[in-house]
Amino acid sequence: MSNNTKNIMIVGVGGQGSLLASKLLGRLLLTKGYDVKVSEVHGMSQRGGSVVTYVRFGDAVYSPVIDEGEADFIVSFELLEAARWTRFLKQDGKIITNTQQINPMPVVTGAAEYPAQLVEKMKNDGFNVDAIDALELAENAGSSKAVNLVLMGRLSKYFDFTETEWMTAIEDSVPQKFLEMNKKAFALGANA
Amino acid sequence: MKQLMLGNEAVARGLFEAGCSFVSSYPGTPSTEITECAAQYAEIYAEWAPNEKVAMETAFGAALAGKRSFCGMKHVGLNVAADPLFTISYTGVNAGMVIGVADDPGMHSSQNEQDSRHYAKAAKLPMLEPSNSKEALEFAKIAYDISEEFDTPVFLKMCTRVAHSQSIVETSNRVERSQVEYVKNPSKYIMMPGFAKKRHPIVEERMTKLAEFASTSLLNRWEKGNDNKVGIITVGTCYQYVKEVCGNDVSILKLGMVWPISEKMIKEFAASVEKVIVVEELDGFIEEFCNALGIKTEGKSLFSNIDELSQNKVAKGLGIEYTEGNAVDAVIPNRPPVMCAGCPHRGLYYVLSKLKLNVIGDIGCYTLGAVAPLNAVDSVICMGASVSGVHGFNKANYGKTDGKTVAVIGDSTFMHSGITGLVNISYNDSNSTVIILDNSITGMTGHQHNPTTGFNLKGDPAAKVDIEALCRAIGINSVRVVDPYNIAECETVIKEELAKEEPSVIISRRPCALLKYVKHKSPVMVSADKCKNCKMCMKIGCPAISMVDGKAVIDATLCTGCGVCTQLCKFEAMQEAEK
Repeated sequence: MSNNTKNIMIVGVGGQGSLLASKLLGRLLLTKGYDVKVSEVHGMSQRGGSVVTYVRFGDAVYSPVIDEGEADFIVSFELLEAARWTRFLKQDGKIITNTQQINPMPVVTGAAEYPAQLVEKMKNDGFNVDAIDALELAENAGSSKAVNLVLMGRLSKYFDFTETEWMTAIEDSVPQKFLEMNKKAFALGANA
Repeated sequence: MKQLMLGNEAVARGLFEAGCSFVSSYPGTPSTEITECAAQYAEIYAEWAPNEKVAMETAFGAALAGKRSFCGMKHVGLNVAADPLFTISYTGVNAGMVIGVADDPGMHSSQNEQDSRHYAKAAKLPMLEPSNSKEALEFAKIAYDISEEFDTPVFLKMCTRVAHSQSIVETSNRVERSQVEYVKNPSKYIMMPGFAKKRHPIVEERMTKLAEFASTSLLNRWEKGNDNKVGIITVGTCYQYVKEVCGNDVSILKLGMVWPISEKMIKEFAASVEKVIVVEELDGFIEEFCNALGIKTEGKSLFSNIDELSQNKVAKGLGIEYTEGNAVDAVIPNRPPVMCAGCPHRGLYYVLSKLKLNVIGDIGCYTLGAVAPLNAVDSVICMGASVSGVHGFNKANYGKTDGKTVAVIGDSTFMHSGITGLVNISYNDSNSTVIILDNSITGMTGHQHNPTTGFNLKGDPAAKVDIEALCRAIGINSVRVVDPYNIAECETVIKEELAKEEPSVIISRRPCALLKYVKHKSPVMVSADKCKNCKMCMKIGCPAISMVDGKAVIDATLCTGCGVCTQLCKFEAMQEAEK
């Protein structure tokens, strides 16, 4: 059932701006005429914790969440978070991840270690990983806060939506004064 | 117009379209956005009440006066409002009244996993439960019609996955309602025994009529499947999981009205299929109803009454194949939520931790003081329980504090239900110390105003409760204010207050570092040559500080320059960039 439903998970650390990414995707997919569901968790998990947003679209979308083994794409704002959610990836799914590392509190306090070589580990385990330094690209575009647009630009490579459609969704989602910077970040992500 | 809408936003839209013009709520995840979105409509008067009991009584007052009203809360908030709830069931309403309650299966942001449906049954009130945003909008409107037709408050029950999911809705225009005239009616609205005795049979009669209504209402939907081997009874977000897994293969009875349940409808559905399976989250509420009718079901034998469900869990329970994912072969450390860099609670908690005090805690961001490395909280129960709890703790020790126990409570939580606990401390004379963490906002639920902030829900200036004066008026003579960024001051004052032979209040005052008007200082500078790797600065659990190759490093993008770490460094390796 709902075999044509596509599943995108956006994961990261609370406060990294993943809600803007899901808002942008939601608008784009709605204008394309799909049934769309976007799920997010508010509240306690915003405080620097691990956060996840589910975006699903197709002819008829039922469940608001993506379960293990179902994600076509995992877009991760932070490397450890990409690894955390690997179980949710479909057999032939793709991980798009920022290589930025943010230490979680157990690592900060020395109770745990941030695993080394995560991109290589994921690739060795057979995951299809597209890793980019989204933070650097965002800074090149003019703001470290534009990581979300860099990653959306990267994601756009794997869909056949037109540039105009993406640009319209960006214009509808970001404030006017940051529009050019965000468009630049999107382009840098797409072409990196 | 078709648009993507958060479930909670859709409820607010439904209120608007239904002609609701009065909303009083207390914030609580996952219910908060209903009221925030309702406040965006000029036609709706919306306010944050100090707690859910006040909100419900206020909304009832508005309905009594003849305006369609709403109050919203999270599941545990309904416990606070349970007192008026059971009696407004007896009085009924004048204009329509809807009570929004949002459960949190899986406890994404809650202290328990209670199932609010039991309240509908216990208080004898109808309850509707939508499964997506479209239904959230429609059901909110239908709830008002039911409320007025059957003279009853009506529950609109949400859960995290419906409240915080966006799906497509179609909006329509508001239907303006003229105010229903208020006519004095003592035997209906004064619930003293003589009158209440006459109202109770009316309530029972109403439930019978509502069950009849349920049997024909379009709120409940019978979807005929491709065969009749299995019939599934389900509700809310579980319906979406069932559809995801089963499509059109099985017959589904989707309950939009979860209380009362129509006996007739359940019996007819059960008779049409070989086997009945009930798919519901948390308790076997519908299943128990079926079983009481003598209908054999499977439900909680297949699906746990713990945690939320999902499509894979439903597939597993139904014996349908599903894909399990593979995880990368690596040990992934947890990433729990933490107090933000610059959080004013941090410095105060460091002192509590250092002094090894017993800390009777409360509900809010400051619950995070319980986790490593601060480990500074002993108990957290519910809103206000810290103030009442510390009194009991001390009274059990012959009315004296052991000099080691304090209560901590936030400004909003203190307004919600800490004041009465403080009255008890004063009245019944325990030597208790209560620390009010006044960060000038309701933080955890996403920055809502409260009676101590000086602004109302719409952001307009409002009366501001003077916490010091309030505590003194209650009878607390020792009321002191400290700056939680000043560790030495906090330590001195806490020690002094604990040593006193009288109750005391310490107000730890500094606005939340995430508030827009709070100016951050330049990031703290580390002199690497002075850092001796003693890790004192790591004891406060600040996400902006880490140790790299044996030296403390500050993440300048996170650091707000609060300076708490500089006070811990004995080697002056950490310096504030400006004074």
